Amino acid sequence: MSVSIRIPTALRPYTDGCAAVDVDADTAGAALDALTTAHPRLATHLRGPDGRLRSFVNVYRNDEDIRSLEREATPVKSGDTLVIVPSIAGGA
Amino acid sequence: MSVPLTHEEIARYSRHLILDEVGVEGQTRLKNSSVLCIGTGGLGSPLLLYLAAAGVGRIGVVDFDVVDASNLHRQIIHGTRSVGQRKVVSARDRILDVNPHVRVDLYEEPFTSENALRIAADYDVVVDGTDNFPTRYLVNDACVLLGKPNVYGSIFKFEGQASVFNHQGGPNYRDLYPEPPPPGLVPSCAEGGVLGVLPGIIGTIQATETLKILLGVGTTLSGRLLLFDALTMRFRELKLYKDPQAPAIERLIDYDQFCGIPKAHTGSKEIAPGSEAASFARLSVQEIAARRAAGWNPYVLDVRGAGEAAIVRFPWADALIPHTEVAARLAEVPRDREVLVHCKLGGRSSQAAAVLADAGYRVTNMEGGITAWAKEIDPSLPTY
Repeated sequence: MSVSIRIPTALRPYTDGCAAVDVDADTAGAALDALTTAHPRLATHLRGPDGRLRSFVNVYRNDEDIRSLEREATPVKSGDTLVIVPSIAGGA
Repeated sequence: MSVPLTHEEIARYSRHLILDEVGVEGQTRLKNSSVLCIGTGGLGSPLLLYLAAAGVGRIGVVDFDVVDASNLHRQIIHGTRSVGQRKVVSARDRILDVNPHVRVDLYEEPFTSENALRIAADYDVVVDGTDNFPTRYLVNDACVLLGKPNVYGSIFKFEGQASVFNHQGGPNYRDLYPEPPPPGLVPSCAEGGVLGVLPGIIGTIQATETLKILLGVGTTLSGRLLLFDALTMRFRELKLYKDPQAPAIERLIDYDQFCGIPKAHTGSKEIAPGSEAASFARLSVQEIAARRAAGWNPYVLDVRGAGEAAIVRFPWADALIPHTEVAARLAEVPRDREVLVHCKLGGRSSQAAAVLADAGYRVTNMEGGITAWAKEIDPSLPTY
């Protein structure tokens, strides 16, 4: 199942500049694992030492926060987009 | 008591008055309303100009900075002749030029846990135009405690986020991000850069939402997070819910501590090996200059981007490796020499220093980066 993962600007230095990465997976967690397998330097920015998703990085299946679905077990199907949205603070 | 519009104001606001959604009633409501804007920077600039032009009766401005030349590519409320001037004063002069019917209250002080509730209590809506995580959580919590809407906007490089928090029972910033990232993990605009027009777009969205809240018209961004990417010119909208597990916000806290920011210190500090933080030394530019004059000759690693190095670099730097690539390019850094790392301000280089220290290098971080060097050691270097 090909799922497109949108990479935010702040994390693109760790995906060789890619803005989107397509992976084969059937859950959100498996898709993120496939992403970090392809781009290992991204791993520490998405997951903490305990392996859990970091609390300042949100993941959405299309427009729904996976925290409001089944978190990493949230099913994904071909054509879905996973959107990674990290906390940013700039404004001045 | 609602103060009615004068003839002069009727002439000024005529394009608003003929809108059914605004009209005399709505414009009078704007005149009798108040907005507090935290920050007069990239987001605050367009926001303040449009709120003033729209006839919001009382505008509070919080900032304690002075106008710097590097602000002018995006902070359009300030002009070239304001460089060196206090930002609140520069902003007030421009607001009153746009619309002398507006009352401007200035708060030339940092927004802190001590003054936040006192300052914000006096306003109908609070707008977050800040540039750092501690103040964003403070603004949020103060708004929740006071029951005020918090109009949110945030920017990085080419991307922006906007939402409306704590409005009519809707979610707040902590429902979106329960915790901040550790310091240094997310670069600031000073380190990462920002397209000058980006805060213009996001700040104008914040102004739009503020006016809608004051007028009670339309559908706000409450419960939605709007993402904007200037490079692809795409907007994306995500759903935002209240987090049922979020702990209640009962009082203001120490937000620097919450965001993991150590108390400010002066001079050099050696971090003990084996402590929680990676074991590398931190030296001030004065100390580095003195050691170099005495013959210290470490391997000097610049971890900024190539674009920054093109602006200004140390002729005595040995290599340029962006901080995000240091881990992957350790083979290029000699193992038999002490390494001195620097960036623009010292943040990215301390991340690189931690990576190098973990890999067994003897590392020193230049505190304050090349900017501190240009200010304190060699004023012939440009700052950016």
